[in-house]
Amino acid sequence: MTKINTTISRRSFLKVSVLTGGGMMLSFNSLATLSPSSEGASLLPDEWSELNSYIKIGANGVVTLMSPNPEFGSNVKTSMPMILAEELDVDWKNVTVEQADFFPKRFDRQFTGGSQGIRLGWKPLRNAGAAARQMLKDAAAKTWNVAASEITTENGVLYHKSTGKKASYGEMATLAATLPVPKEAPFKDVKDFKIIRTSRLNVDGKKIVTGKPLFGIDHKADGMLIAMIVHPPAFGMTVKSVDDAAARSMPGIKDVFVLKTLPDDYERNGFDVTTYTELVVVAGNTTWEVMNAKKAVKVEWEEAKEKTIVVNGWGGKQNVKIPAGLESTAGHLSKMAAMSKQQANILRKDGDPETAFKNAKKVLERTYIAPYLAHNCMEPVNCFAHVTAEKAEIYGPIQAPESITQALSARLGLPKEKIHIRLARMGGGFGLRAYGHHFVEAAAISQKLNAPVKMVYTREDDMTYGIYRPTYTATYRAALDENNNLVAFHVRGGGIPEHPVAANRFPAGAVDNYLAEGWQLDSNITIGAFRAPRSNFIAGAEQSFLDELAELAGKDPIEFRLELLERAKNKPVGEKNDYDPDRYAGVLKLVREKSKWGETPKGISRGVAAYFCHNSYVAEVIDLEIKQNKPIVNNVVAAVDCGIVINPDAAANMSEGGIVDGIGNAFFGEMTFKNGVPDKNNFHQYRMIRHQEAPKKIEIHFVQNDQDPTGLGEPLFPPVFAAIANALYKATGKRYYNQPFGKDINIQPSPSRM
Amino acid sequence: MAKINLNINGKDQVVDVDPKTPLLWVLRDHLDLVGTKYGCGMAQCGACTVHLDGNAVRSCVMPISTVANKKIVTIEGLSKDGDHPVQEAWLKHDVAQCGYCQAGQIMNASALLKKNPNPTDEEIATAMNGNICRCATYVRIREAIKTAAVSLR
Repeated sequence: MTKINTTISRRSFLKVSVLTGGGMMLSFNSLATLSPSSEGASLLPDEWSELNSYIKIGANGVVTLMSPNPEFGSNVKTSMPMILAEELDVDWKNVTVEQADFFPKRFDRQFTGGSQGIRLGWKPLRNAGAAARQMLKDAAAKTWNVAASEITTENGVLYHKSTGKKASYGEMATLAATLPVPKEAPFKDVKDFKIIRTSRLNVDGKKIVTGKPLFGIDHKADGMLIAMIVHPPAFGMTVKSVDDAAARSMPGIKDVFVLKTLPDDYERNGFDVTTYTELVVVAGNTTWEVMNAKKAVKVEWEEAKEKTIVVNGWGGKQNVKIPAGLESTAGHLSKMAAMSKQQANILRKDGDPETAFKNAKKVLERTYIAPYLAHNCMEPVNCFAHVTAEKAEIYGPIQAPESITQALSARLGLPKEKIHIRLARMGGGFGLRAYGHHFVEAAAISQKLNAPVKMVYTREDDMTYGIYRPTYTATYRAALDENNNLVAFHVRGGGIPEHPVAANRFPAGAVDNYLAEGWQLDSNITIGAFRAPRSNFIAGAEQSFLDELAELAGKDPIEFRLELLERAKNKPVGEKNDYDPDRYAGVLKLVREKSKWGETPKGISRGVAAYFCHNSYVAEVIDLEIKQNKPIVNNVVAAVDCGIVINPDAAANMSEGGIVDGIGNAFFGEMTFKNGVPDKNNFHQYRMIRHQEAPKKIEIHFVQNDQDPTGLGEPLFPPVFAAIANALYKATGKRYYNQPFGKDINIQPSPSRM
Repeated sequence: MAKINLNINGKDQVVDVDPKTPLLWVLRDHLDLVGTKYGCGMAQCGACTVHLDGNAVRSCVMPISTVANKKIVTIEGLSKDGDHPVQEAWLKHDVAQCGYCQAGQIMNASALLKKNPNPTDEEIATAMNGNICRCATYVRIREAIKTAAVSLR
């Protein structure tokens, strides 16, 4: 058994409280908020407390586990409480799971994104479960007058075997809550897990299939108004004047006004991406009435002037220029082509790449391009807010609630403590909902109207608002010697407005002479995180290039990668390589075995790709079949190393989703612009993968090991682009460099209307 | 505004709305039946699928005046206890990720199985093609429909 320290971080420590009506509650509390007298046991400090603890055990034995992180479909609401239940040692079927409100003083990290929920939640959640179990043991020890070390637990029952005494957790909970939180509590051995590593159904499954109101857009409150926004039709434009006479006179309409969303001098954090700081708002009684009035508002637009905003983000405080002008995809492409030919910022350099390229036997150079992508979450942007002079109540879909509290506080003029955010289940996230501009907009509208308001974007508002996956390009060059050994590797990547290069990833470390460069261009088209940011492009480019390079070297593509990984393991170049060559090779070997690589069925074209990002290793083999000039994905085999898999079937589901999403975006995903106007505004124009293009079969194979768990929401997505491109090459004899690939193949658009 | 007689989930009711209001917004805003979802407003995504006299239709483009006195079934009325074989199959296969589109998927799938109790994979894909799942749970949806087909037989 491992002894663990229950101090979670400098910021928090475990705290226990007696529940009103008996029982115990264990939570993390911020040191800063506690007065000396409140250490140890206390009664619930305020009305929200019962909703903001990790574990509640009622005197009646009811165990309620709080799921801290917002849920956007990665199933953290099931898998995170599973970790708590495991260490607490309770029967999963006797547990109730509830979504916690946003409450940073009680929970460590209420953020869903970056595939980090399970990875960063793993230890705190085990701590909470283990500490609670220890306290229940201590309570039993006191009651029975025996040593706590002699007490065992099983499925929510405490035993003292030698005297035959036993008690349920519920019986001991009230006493346990008066005891000090232990400094150390034992973790279970991995081999003793009874809940972790077993498949458990989504705790919200029944509510989902019966249409219960789970989502922000489903919310209702007494006296609630519906608000919609009109945003400029093009990036680079702003409101000049508004004629709202017709809209105001329409039935059910309460108000039409121009809303300034952020103060001019507001210093933004990294998640304060707000495309338009002036919006026209229409508010009224019902959605349909407001939708109609919105169409009747006549707005005159004008080009916005260049401006500079201050962003205090990951790279420290920076002035960011938002250029004036109306941008087009054609212009972007020619600028990107020009930039690709110029030297850029050197991100990493090993050896002497220039000389190595000069002396090479063979040199391969290829350029890859990918467009902007829209997230297109099925639930359009929306938020409910009720702001009064005293406080703000907000309920809506958001991945990063903490990051929006600064903007809310600045815009509303309320201290953060007066802003209460409740977390709705999100109808998709994919990165988009890390940016909480809709929270600020809804709250500011509610404040102005002095009423509870639900703000809803139309699909068109949502798809044309920005915060897209950036457009990227990368040029790869590689040099082979006379024995077909890789002697030099060069990547120069760029994008608008960020570059996609991760300089320390494979094959860095496996090549003596290595150069990585990055460049970026300013734009007024806003961008944001999109499922596996940057990796979602660069993996496809790199892994397509390696496929072509293996062919040039006359080697099997898996064997070629394994040789490089062997080199990275045995004689690594540089010290900053950020992957484990053994685990990387492990997924390649597993996918080779499970896909029966080398035994490609007749009529099938096969592509392989692998990638490491977001702390997890993935290799994928995709089988394509061409039918009537259309590529059909028959089968996908994936090997994944994400350490301990908490909830295997749910993990497989998440993995399948990442793969199918990748297939869709590889073939169809694209947003383009003319004079600042997005070319697509709804699903009749923006092609999404549908049932007919879904693979016939997907197999997910998890590497079995006892490594601490890492995430799955993102890592399956990036390599798909290359596996598809490499399979397409086998099928057509043509290499695919420009996404989406569907544009270059004769794929008939499928009829989507019923 | 006009008074319109509706039969929703077996219950007769009267709403007083603009007759052009789509069924979707009458369900969501006037009748508190929010299981039917808004996704696109132009019959492109299927999130708003309901049954109209037994057929799957897109409620977002269906003016309320055109559905008067017809039998409308929403996800809330598909079964009394959430135990329609399609709903049960969805749970068994743990289909949902975010869950937003699933009510529409289930309504379309249940209408399909009424007409075609034993669909092939291709027939499932064709019938379901109007329902987008952004989380891309298509493979599980297909398997769940096949499981439901077996239990409906």
